[in-house]
Order: sequence, then structure tokens, then C-alpha cells
Amino acid sequence: MSKPVVATASLAGCFGCHMSLLDIDDRILQLIDLVEFNKSPIDDIKTFTKECDIGFIEGGCCNSENVENLINFRKNCKVLISVGECAIMGGLPAMRNGIPIRECLEEAYLNCVTVDDKIIPNDEEIPMILDRVYPCHEIVKIDYFLPGCPPRADLIWEALTALLSGKPINLPYEALKYD
Amino acid sequence: MSKSTIRKKVKSAMKKKAKSAIKNKGKSAAKSSVKSAARSRVKSSAAGRAGSAAKKKPRSAVKRKAAAPVKTKSALRFEIDGKACKARAGQTILDAARDNGIYIPVLCFYKGMKPAGICRMCTVKVGGRNMAACTTPVAEGMIIENAIPELEDMRKAMVEMLFVEGNHMCPTCEKSGNCDLQALGYRYQLLAPRFPYMFPQRNIDATYSKIMIDNNRCVQCRRCVRGITTKDGRNIFAMTKRSGKSTIVADRELEAKMPDDLARKAMDQCPVGAILKKEVGFAVPIGKRKYDAKPIGSEIHN
Ligand code: SF4
Ligand code: SF4
Ligand code: FES
Repeated sequence: MSKPVVATASLAGCFGCHMSLLDIDDRILQLIDLVEFNKSPIDDIKTFTKECDIGFIEGGCCNSENVENLINFRKNCKVLISVGECAIMGGLPAMRNGIPIRECLEEAYLNCVTVDDKIIPNDEEIPMILDRVYPCHEIVKIDYFLPGCPPRADLIWEALTALLSGKPINLPYEALKYD
Repeated sequence: MSKSTIRKKVKSAMKKKAKSAIKNKGKSAAKSSVKSAARSRVKSSAAGRAGSAAKKKPRSAVKRKAAAPVKTKSALRFEIDGKACKARAGQTILDAARDNGIYIPVLCFYKGMKPAGICRMCTVKVGGRNMAACTTPVAEGMIIENAIPELEDMRKAMVEMLFVEGNHMCPTCEKSGNCDLQALGYRYQLLAPRFPYMFPQRNIDATYSKIMIDNNRCVQCRRCVRGITTKDGRNIFAMTKRSGKSTIVADRELEAKMPDDLARKAMDQCPVGAILKKEVGFAVPIGKRKYDAKPIGSEIHN
């Protein structure tokens, strides 16, 4: 029987959640026995080559590319999981949600003291920034949520093994944290 | 009639009613007698006073341990989730539950502060009706439901509402690990709120001298308004505006004069990270904070 296929992506995130996934210590050997990775920064596969069973999403949606990527994941993964505070509620990038987008751009590219060439970048190549940062479940349907900044390695491991074995997840108190 | 005579009369009337009801009609009648007793209390408007009567009693005399010895003479018998409990006359459901080793979650309640019944986190069912445990006095024969799925889910929903109606970025918050709201989220294993995030626009005021106020995190429990005063009893904190726009502010003059320990107290009494003391922060490392290892309420529930 072929192994379950996992894909991962980092949208508007810091890669901390991916680091936490790698933080499972020697269980990483079990992990590669248990699953096969497809599109993911972990193996550097850039496009989906087959249908995946589980998709891990890190980060929320702050630009058009994030949205396209997320929709693509929803299409190609049977189960989609929001991993980390940013995917769940926008996280730190969402601190700009109360500030009008013009003000954000002006502060970053015109008024900031370290700015040299005062120009707001605007090119077709650059993804369009959204009016605010969106939690993933506001864009597509998300099946499960794993909070934390980053989610504890134990939480990710528990969730993954529970999903693969079809057993209910074991949630130790220390594993569920929002920071 | 003086206040105390009203109280005595109401109490003895309640006892008589409850007793005869139990004798005559059994359990179900006991429930209705509680209701009518409660009604008669409201009529004579002594309900509030019953609470303050309990307050005047020297609290230090009663040890706050599970199943603390209660004075048999005035002991009221009641039930929480089928467990037989005892209470002193005038004790609130919350207080009595704690003495009996039963945890009822709270947010606006703070030990030693007059209960205000603002947040409804402590909602229990008395005779099928939702009541705030922190403000409702125990009556003889009360049948209370507490840790039932319906109430636990409602409490969880309330925690979720508080999360979405503010801006809670726990990873950036100085209170993280010591925050009651967050700890309730942990206790109820809240993974993501069922409601959409509102991302409201709220202000942060860091122009005070001793503290800063971050209204993004305020849950409007008014613990600061109720519990933080100057030595001569003047309020330092107040709530301005109404409804969704309500904001906590501090009196600049009084705030600037706050001694360090009072500023610390203001920060500690705020259940969330809305009041922070300046120039200290992240003093306790991750792993050693209040709710890192044990769920909120584990000091009561055993
Ligand atoms: S106040 Fe509590 S819930 Fe809100 S951000 Fe801070 S730690 Fe999180
Ligand atoms: S500032 Fe803190 S204590 Fe005051 S009302 Fe808000 S949450 Fe409660
Ligand atoms: S704790 Fe009882 S209403 Fe807030």
C-alpha cells in the first residue's frame, strides 16, 4: 500500500511552524516511514505531482499569491489543516488589520527613516497586497486547527498520528498553547 | 424595620418553606420552593444585602480548603451536579462551590472584590434557569448544575466571543501564560473560535507614566475600575463611552502618583493583558508562568 501523501506550505508566515514540524526529534525517522512528502519547502517540490491526503498550511493570506496558493492546496488535499496562529487568525501580520493599507505602504516605503528610494513598489510580478490579512478559513474550508506560535512539535505529531491512525487526538495540556 | 430584621425574617421564611416543601412533596417541590424563596427575597429587596452580609463576616476565619468545616448551625444544604454540599448562610454559589472543592470558571470575579456579575462565565443552572454563580446566594435545597455539556459549551463559546471581538495576538502579549482568558481557552481546549474574527479598531495608550492600557485586549470585566483605588478611596480607572466603543481610561493625575505596588496590583488584577506595568516585562520565563503546566482552576478542583 502506498504511503499517505503530505504537502505543506508557508503563506504569510515566518517558517516557524515548519521548524516546529522538524522539531519532533528522532520521530522524524518514523515520519519518513509513515508518510511521503509532495509539494513542500521541506523537499523543495514546487508543484503538486499527485493528489495529497494531508495539507499543512502555515501563515494567513496577506496577498494574492497566498490566496492562489491556498486555493490550490484545497483542490489538491483531502484534509487541510491550519497550523499556527497566523493561519488561524492572521497572527502577527494581522496587526496591520486596523491600519489602512495606504498608511501601511507609505510608512514602509516612503516615510520610514531607513528608506532610500522613496517609491511604493507596483509591478505585475509582485503579488497584490490585500486590504487586510485573512485567516485561512475565511478563504477556503479548513478541516482542523493546530494553534501555537509555533504549535508545539508534540501537538503536530499527535495530530498527524491521530489522523493517520484514525484515532481521536490526544491533547496533553502542555501541548496546546497559543504562544 | 431595620435591615437585619428583614434579613432574619426572609431567611426564616425561606427555611420554613424549604423544609415543609421537602417534607410534603419531595425533591421536585424543593426546587420550586427555592424559586419561590428566591422570589420572596427579591420582593423584600434583600437579595443584594444577603451578599453584603456575607462580606461583613470575617472571611479569614473560614479556611478556603475543599470541604472546609462549615458552621452546622447555619449550614445550608445544596447540591452541585449531584454532589451534596454545604454552605454558610449568605454565601454565593461560587464561594460555596469553591469551599466544597468544585470549580466554576470566572472572569470578572476577583477574590476579595465585591462580585459584579458582568461576564457570565460563572453561569450555572439553578432549577433549570441560568444564574451567575458569583452573585447568587445559596438557598437551602438548591439543585445546581455546573459542569454539564450545555454549560461548558456555552462558556467555551463565551471565551471564543471574547477572542474574536478583540485583537488577541497571544504571541506578542506580555500577559501570555498568565492570562485568565487564554487559560480558559486552554481549559476548554479551544483550537479555533467558531465565530468570525472582527478585527476591531481599538487604541493603545502608552502615554501614562506607570502603566499602559491596551484596549485591544480588554474584556471589560471592570476589575480595574472596581478594585484599584487610591488610599483615600478614589477610583483611578474608569470606563468611557458605551457599548462596542467602551474604553478603559485612567485618571492621569492619580495614575502618575500610583505607587509601584499599586501599579503591579492593577496589572495582576486585570485578567488579560490590557493593563501592563511599564519598564518590566516578560520577567517570568516560558514554562514557569502561571498557566504553563496546570489548567486554570486546578487549585480548586481536586
Ligand atoms: S490578553 Fe490573553 S488572550 Fe489576549 S493576547 Fe494577551 S495572552 Fe492572549
Ligand atoms: S482593563 Fe483589564 S481589568 Fe480593566 S476592564 Fe479591561 S480587562 Fe478588565
Ligand atoms: S464571574 Fe460571575 S459574572 Fe463574571
